[in-house]
Amino acid sequence: MGEMEQMKKEAEALKTQIEAARKAVGDTDMASAASGVAPAPRVQLKTRRTLKGHLAKIYAMHWSTDNNLSSLSSIGVFRLMVSASQDGKLLIWDSHSGNKVNAVPLKSSWVMTCAYAPSGNLVASGGLDNMCTVYNLKTPVIKTVKELDAHTGYLSCARFLSDTEILTSSGDTTCALWDLETGKQKTVFLNHVGDCMCLSLSPDMNTFVSGACDSLAKLWDIRDGQCKQTFQGHTSDINAISFYPSANAIITGSDDCTCKMYDLRADQEVISYQDAALNSGVTSLALSMSGRLIFAGYDDFNCNIWDSLKGEKVGVLSGHDNRVSCTGVPEDGMCVCTGSWDSFLKIWN
Amino acid sequence: MSGSSNIVAMKKIVQQLRFEANINRVKVSQAAAELQQFCIQNALQDPLLTGVSSSTNPFRTQKAFSCSCDISAGEKTKKTTAMMCN
Repeated sequence: MGEMEQMKKEAEALKTQIEAARKAVGDTDMASAASGVAPAPRVQLKTRRTLKGHLAKIYAMHWSTDNNLSSLSSIGVFRLMVSASQDGKLLIWDSHSGNKVNAVPLKSSWVMTCAYAPSGNLVASGGLDNMCTVYNLKTPVIKTVKELDAHTGYLSCARFLSDTEILTSSGDTTCALWDLETGKQKTVFLNHVGDCMCLSLSPDMNTFVSGACDSLAKLWDIRDGQCKQTFQGHTSDINAISFYPSANAIITGSDDCTCKMYDLRADQEVISYQDAALNSGVTSLALSMSGRLIFAGYDDFNCNIWDSLKGEKVGVLSGHDNRVSCTGVPEDGMCVCTGSWDSFLKIWN
Repeated sequence: MSGSSNIVAMKKIVQQLRFEANINRVKVSQAAAELQQFCIQNALQDPLLTGVSSSTNPFRTQKAFSCSCDISAGEKTKKTTAMMCN
């Protein structure tokens, strides 16, 4: 038997072994396990703000985690957010007042992602220019501090670890960790065989998960670049992904019209959020603070709210006149923001 | 040569599968129970789940209003500010 044949046989045997190991611990699923849990209340949220300012489709938004109040305040208030639109701008909003705090003109208007650094000092954007551009918001005039240029495909998502490191996912099927001081890639994460569409950092920032057009989600060690686990189940592109706040599970959203929860320790899908009446792809998702509620944006202009434990739909956010392209819940959990191709952002609670 | 690069690629696939096959897996029932517990323990701190009362809702007013009040100077000032600006 040739070397290639032997390896193909070994690969098949390993896949069978992995499936058997998953079955061996698959003694139940999340919905059955949660049968004794009281259902989540019917969630009816109101639009509190409609943020008007973009002139074209909004593709991404991200909440700041920076506590912007002076030290005199006893409550952390998380109010700033950044949004990106194909009108060629990033807008920084004060969500409480609804006012625009800053506007960052982009060299390339084909933007697909934006991110706020935890410090509040920097924002990043990227898209069909294949680059991730980082801007300093705190200089008297907003300055471009770095153009991260090494991906050979579009930039689908970026997330800051700090003011000196950023993670990106790309249509070139790789993810990368960049050093913002040198502008170079420190680590490249290779394993997906389809465009990487989204990523989510673990709360402890030692790992991250990515979702791709190969319909797989992967867990990676940030420092050594190793792909640690691969999650199957979706039958189309994974457009959205998020760590559960407990850090032991992830939620994914896909063009196959479902969201799924994968438990990292059981190494498998434990529940699928789907409805026969729903035949639009999932574009985005965000979790409430306890993880109980999943806010999933769909191509059908709605954002559906799912009970993450029981798998039931418990509400819907209707109000956009086009696809919901992005959703986000700030760190204090006080609201959910939806952004849409209708050019508006809405804040709900 | 494409033949040897195929073999290199295949070796990497096998290596990755070996790595993934060797991880420890926890029973779904145990993982699910712990996840539920986390959810329930944090439920009361989850404003979107419990509902945000009007008095503490920073987004309460629908319209943006222009106001020079400094709402960063502390809890007490924030309450009077809210009263003044409503």
